[in-house]
Amino acid sequence: MRRKGFLGALLIALAATALFIGCSKKEQTIKIGFNIPLTGDNPMVGEGSKNAGDIVLKALKAQGGLTVKGQKYPVEFIYVDNELKAESAVQAALRLIEQDKVLAVVGPQGSGRAIPAGQVNNDNRTPMISAWSTNPDTTLNRPYVFRACFLDPFQAPVAAKFAKEQFNVTKTAILYNLEDDYSKTLAELYRDSWQAANGPGSVVVFDSFGQRDQDFSAQLTRIVNSGAEMLYLPVYYNFVALIVPQAKDLGWNKPIMGADAWGSADLVPLSKGSVAGYYFTTHYAAAGAVGKTKEFIDEYNASYGYIPDDVAALTYDAVNIVLQAIQNAGLSGDLQKDRNAIKDAMAALRNYDGITGKMNFNVQGDPEKDAVVVRISEAGEFVYVTSLQP
Amino acid sequence: MLTTFLQNVFNALQWGSFYSMIALGYCLVYGVLRLINFAHGDIFMTACYIAFFIATALLGAFSGGGVFVFALTLLLTMGATALVGITIERIAYRPLRMKGVNRLYVVITALMVGFILENGNLAFLGASARRFPDVIEKHIWQFGPVVLTNLKVLVILAAFAVFGLLQFIVQKTVLGMSMRAISYDKFAIPLMGIPVNRVITFTFALGSGLAAVAGILFGMSYPVLDPYMGMIIGWKAFIAAVVGGIGDIKGAFIGGFILGFIEIFITAVFPSSFKDLISFVILLIILVLKPTGFFGVARSTKI
Repeated sequence: MRRKGFLGALLIALAATALFIGCSKKEQTIKIGFNIPLTGDNPMVGEGSKNAGDIVLKALKAQGGLTVKGQKYPVEFIYVDNELKAESAVQAALRLIEQDKVLAVVGPQGSGRAIPAGQVNNDNRTPMISAWSTNPDTTLNRPYVFRACFLDPFQAPVAAKFAKEQFNVTKTAILYNLEDDYSKTLAELYRDSWQAANGPGSVVVFDSFGQRDQDFSAQLTRIVNSGAEMLYLPVYYNFVALIVPQAKDLGWNKPIMGADAWGSADLVPLSKGSVAGYYFTTHYAAAGAVGKTKEFIDEYNASYGYIPDDVAALTYDAVNIVLQAIQNAGLSGDLQKDRNAIKDAMAALRNYDGITGKMNFNVQGDPEKDAVVVRISEAGEFVYVTSLQP
Repeated sequence: MLTTFLQNVFNALQWGSFYSMIALGYCLVYGVLRLINFAHGDIFMTACYIAFFIATALLGAFSGGGVFVFALTLLLTMGATALVGITIERIAYRPLRMKGVNRLYVVITALMVGFILENGNLAFLGASARRFPDVIEKHIWQFGPVVLTNLKVLVILAAFAVFGLLQFIVQKTVLGMSMRAISYDKFAIPLMGIPVNRVITFTFALGSGLAAVAGILFGMSYPVLDPYMGMIIGWKAFIAAVVGGIGDIKGAFIGGFILGFIEIFITAVFPSSFKDLISFVILLIILVLKPTGFFGVARSTKI
């Protein structure tokens, strides 16, 4: 009896849901999913992404929704935590696609999660735009997957070129995180372009560590005693905060060059003054920004009390690219048809004027834009140094 | 080459000190209770966070830090962590012991306590990594080719001090004698009028206090704190304790340094991706050749 009662209740609930969906077809909500790391080793990445999303949402709420072809639609953002794990990112992607029935997905942010989740989104024909994944594999041969930032095969050579000219050195050491696709690929690309420019033997140490390591003294001892004139450190900011002070304790006093994973608002609080004077390649520079970029920074700072990092800025652009694509494509109410239309509209965007620069998507869904080099000042600000062309 | 070697000796001494201090905590509880307290790595993590809050508060009161602030932080953290250890024993282990269940269930409970500490921290304090404040000013000393910091020297000295203190307590005091007695025969000892529960409580307080010394020094040496920082280092220190001979204080102490030296020198010679593989193969070989560890004696008084 109990069982029958339960089944009956389930049927009624299903019928009610069906009815509800049937009724609400006219009042379609634009749902956009966020596949982001709210917990895990780099929660600031997720926090920045969510804050950027909330700023966009607040602006939309103030306007009463998104205007698509003359009609206003309510907008809903669904934030799902991927814990900075590949398997959770895949689960989150499936949940957003199948359960929440989103029109498009923003994120995952880093390549380790964006590559597997990109496969899921592409297989399920749901447009996805990663704001911060720089590995080529994320978008390669995946028509439904886009990104809002430049790629590692572009970032590494420009960083090598900049470092050589800036520090006037020929011998470099490289230390990377073996368990992180992003870090490993970037280290290899940097090594190759450094050797191409400075001859064989110019990379004197090419060493790695693991995701859970806290002591790097053996690797750093080797680097300090190797005769390297600079260190390339393509690792996440939480490792920077451990590695840089340890290197200094072992007597390292030469330049260190970082990559875009340094560009977190947490970098300076975690590493205190130890990173002052170092350079890294990134997507935008907050200090000295003008126009729309400055408006975004001011609003973000007013709402959350700190300067947005590159993830937040790129997420802001990524969300707006999706919204622009929805406006261009229009909505029919048929989920799959709309997803396809949004994908086509994103691919067709030309000269999109984002806060991190102008963007055109190429055939792979990658934008063509400049890299920025910033210097960390003694006050802990990321100061704009130069823009590097592709 | 010689420079690198000498420098790595000190690197290994520092890294091994942490393993040693944590391994001593495992050893103490195991010696008395025959319980592998798998929550010990997470008690170490908890100590790190407690030290973080105490040090931050003290630095607010006495700006600049220094030896006084360090000593005060150390004492307060040891006290607070000892309370954590006693509470865990009271809530999780004592009821099981009173029921006289198989030791296996207590070990599973210890694993759970570890996860509760990790996830409780995650839930209440959030996932953001924290920066341990600079309690004492760091000085870098250059001795010929070798570079040392005052912190590194402090860590190594602390490990030896903790070892000496523990040896003294266990070998020379009445409490230590009670601990050894319980380790020898848990059932006959209450008949002699020794308050077993009180001695066990003291053992947990002492073990957690050791974790607190390791925690505060670890926070100062590797100043990025996250809720899972105690997991891997706890497991490795446990393995180090077993290799040295768990239950024997000297064994656990030396086992920690063995692991520290193996890890650092493997990383210095081989690509670091081989570090854990080769380290644990070596430890496995040691255990196969001498299953009771370096100083362990099969089934007798252990502590």
